[in-house]
Amino acid sequence: MRRALRWLMAVCVVVATSTAAYAADLRPLVQALGSGGYSGTEKALAQLSEAGDPAAVPVIEALQAGDLYVRKSDGTVVVARKSGDAFTLTDPLTRAALGDAPAAAVEKIRINNSLRRAISASLGALTLMSPDAGVRRSAADAVFKSRDASALETLSAAIAKEQDKGVRAAMEQARAAILLTGEAASKMTDADIQAATDTLTARGDRDALVLLNMVAGSGASDVTKKLAAAAVSTLEQKLAFWAALQNLWYGLSLGSVLLLAAIGLAVTFGVMGVINMAHGEMVMIGAYTTFLVQEFFRAHAPGLFDLSILVALPAAFLVSGGVGIIIERSVIRWLYGRPLETLLATWGLSLALQQAVRSIFGPTNREVGAPSWMSGAFELGGLTITYGRLWIVIFAFAVFAALLVALKRTWFGLSIRAVTQNRPMANAMGIRTARVDALTFGLGSGIAGLAGVALSQIDNVSPNLGQGYILDSFMVVVFGGVGNLWGTLVGALTLGSMNKFLEPYAGAVLGKILVLIFIILFIQRRPRGLFALKGRAVEA
Amino acid sequence: MLLRFFLMGLDRKAGIVLTILAILAVAVPVMTLWVPADSPFHLSVFTVSLLGKYLCFALLALALDLVWGYCGILSLGHAAFFAIGGYAMGMYLMRQIGPRGVYGNPVLPDFMVFLNWKELPWYWWGFDQFWFAAVMVLVVPGALAFAFGWFAFRSRVTGVYLSIITQALTFALLLAFFRNDMGFGGNNGLTDFKDILGYDIQADTTRVALFVATVAALALSYMIASGVIASKLGKVLVALRDAESRVRFMGYDTESYKLFAWTLSACMAGVAGALYVPQVGIINPSEFAPASSIEAVIWVAVGGRGTLAGAILGAVLVNMGKSYFTGALPELWLFALGGLFVAVTLFLPKGLLGLGAQLKAKLPGRKASPLSNAQPADQKGA
Repeated sequence: MRRALRWLMAVCVVVATSTAAYAADLRPLVQALGSGGYSGTEKALAQLSEAGDPAAVPVIEALQAGDLYVRKSDGTVVVARKSGDAFTLTDPLTRAALGDAPAAAVEKIRINNSLRRAISASLGALTLMSPDAGVRRSAADAVFKSRDASALETLSAAIAKEQDKGVRAAMEQARAAILLTGEAASKMTDADIQAATDTLTARGDRDALVLLNMVAGSGASDVTKKLAAAAVSTLEQKLAFWAALQNLWYGLSLGSVLLLAAIGLAVTFGVMGVINMAHGEMVMIGAYTTFLVQEFFRAHAPGLFDLSILVALPAAFLVSGGVGIIIERSVIRWLYGRPLETLLATWGLSLALQQAVRSIFGPTNREVGAPSWMSGAFELGGLTITYGRLWIVIFAFAVFAALLVALKRTWFGLSIRAVTQNRPMANAMGIRTARVDALTFGLGSGIAGLAGVALSQIDNVSPNLGQGYILDSFMVVVFGGVGNLWGTLVGALTLGSMNKFLEPYAGAVLGKILVLIFIILFIQRRPRGLFALKGRAVEA
Repeated sequence: MLLRFFLMGLDRKAGIVLTILAILAVAVPVMTLWVPADSPFHLSVFTVSLLGKYLCFALLALALDLVWGYCGILSLGHAAFFAIGGYAMGMYLMRQIGPRGVYGNPVLPDFMVFLNWKELPWYWWGFDQFWFAAVMVLVVPGALAFAFGWFAFRSRVTGVYLSIITQALTFALLLAFFRNDMGFGGNNGLTDFKDILGYDIQADTTRVALFVATVAALALSYMIASGVIASKLGKVLVALRDAESRVRFMGYDTESYKLFAWTLSACMAGVAGALYVPQVGIINPSEFAPASSIEAVIWVAVGGRGTLAGAILGAVLVNMGKSYFTGALPELWLFALGGLFVAVTLFLPKGLLGLGAQLKAKLPGRKASPLSNAQPADQKGA
């Protein structure tokens, strides 16, 4: 859609600059469009496109849109647009206003399907000569799709003149498509056919594959068929390679989402041994904090909206972390050493938090916008990568690295590890274990809040947001091995890619079921996860 | 022999439970069918079905208490066995509809006609017979539990890990039953039942009979459960709940003991589901939701874990509360339930039935600080 729009705009610019010079030569041809019925229009159209003048483009477009009429009084071809009961008339070439006319005074130039095809082909051919590279390129693509043999000559002329490498490649592909599918194929030498199939293979997308498959299965000569078949297999391999890469990327993307959701749990569950079923709600609170921050920006500083996410990150960390500390101080600290009771109590908290958010913000989804630097996509070879996903992958790894550094290199991390490994001894060494407990739980919850900021970009911000992730997060932590951050990383990426690689074969739901069954069986083989802690700590 | 087994479990508590159930089994039919409608003692059929539903949940809670309270296996997927039992019964009821469905197909249920299926899938064969469905209600949940437990207990998956993979199990089943091509009605499940054993399922007498059947099933399950617990087997179960390694080192094959209790419990849950479906008139995949399994755990916790009677009490009380709240104050229900979870785990570790003992223990003096108390004897199962 966007491409079409840009193309149209470019065409208009081109037309505006060159209208005056050519208007005179085209006039009789435009006039001819209005006489002789379908066949007369088609003949005039062919002559118009042979003239190779871009000034004809708006006329043909008007014809395509059904806006081209004949004024009955003098037989002039005009562009007419309905305004109220009457039509506003303009000159098709100069765009000069010609006044209004009642509906009865004009007659529409009708088009049929064969004309429609001819119209799009001639539009393609005409724009091949445009001074704008973007227009030429889309014109080449249009010809590639229509494979209209009448464009061949224009195309060859355009290729000879073309300076831009990318556009020339597109034009050559279009020519190859016409050559291989049209009647010309039978007269071509083997080398030419070879060159044409090579050009198409180089294009390397699904359109090229469809085309080559068609050639391989058509009534073309044996040589053509053989070459096309060879090209098809090369191309299929290439596409399969890119599809695998795309899957890998999707897997990485899903894996990093899982990592984000699970990494806070790796702290509360993995390091502290607290089963926090309200973890998902911490994620949800993070997402709602993002929503509130964005609302603030929308109301007070719409110009700085792109920065709202950057403000939401610390805000979500603090809010979720604060809620986490309150939960730890009020409920969880009474339940240390009783993991299953903790599970039930935090489940209860998660229900209450969900209902609280539902009561405050309503049960419907809340709109969280994406900053401009997170929207859009770019192509990398055969891959399409959206910026949003890319940032989430980067963010997930950044959070992981930051957490790792915090646990391994800071005094706070040292205290956490000391309290986890030997609580009485840490206490004896002067570490305030109660405070470390609260802060650790706050850290885990805060990271969940960060995950909420990221997930608000790709998921619906609703009171149920967290529930969708809680089970997955537990699976990741348990699969990776409790008490091991690297295990969480490997677990998240493995489960993410497994899910995405199964999806094309089994479908999304069955793929997920298979992953769950895999985890259940895997836990049987390694009851303590992928990277199990060894030694006495295990039994404690 | 069998009689001795049942009598063994009969202590004073069991006497009270069974007496109450017997009174229910007699009083409810009388109050519904023979007391005139304008009398204050009349029970509407709606109330009877509601009570029947509570008692089905009570049976599920009883099954859960058997494994959680006495073997220390916290199952967060017991609703899966409940739902499978329910689906087995639902399949029988679907087949009973016969040509009265919307599409009038004598063999295929409506949703299969709708999906353009030509013949009944093999796993639906035999469900037109009540006895077959009744056997499947026990066999399918039992077999699933056996297979699952056989793997899990043999690999010594315990505690939290076991709880989490039971969640995974029920979640996987939830996703599977949502799929239309599984042949269980997909999202909509099985519903629109007409009759059971030839009697109209909507009729008052059928509803009362279903209620009585539920009471009977609950009483029988209670006797079996208390019989198991009073037996030597039950002593081993409690021992391995409190110190599994020690029991294993003494030469007991702990896996088999756990597997037995686990499978028995799943069968009970299946029966509960089978009785539940005709009384509520529908079974759909939402019964598999992880949340419903966790809710069942709170029933047991409220009543008192490891008391059997407490599970029944908790299930009935919590569900009565749910009926009241969702009707009168829907906004507050989740707060109430959430608060219940927190309050029970913090203040009522032994549940309502343990309240007396708890108060007595507290009288001499306050407990020491919570952290020094954080390692109870049954830490593994707790």
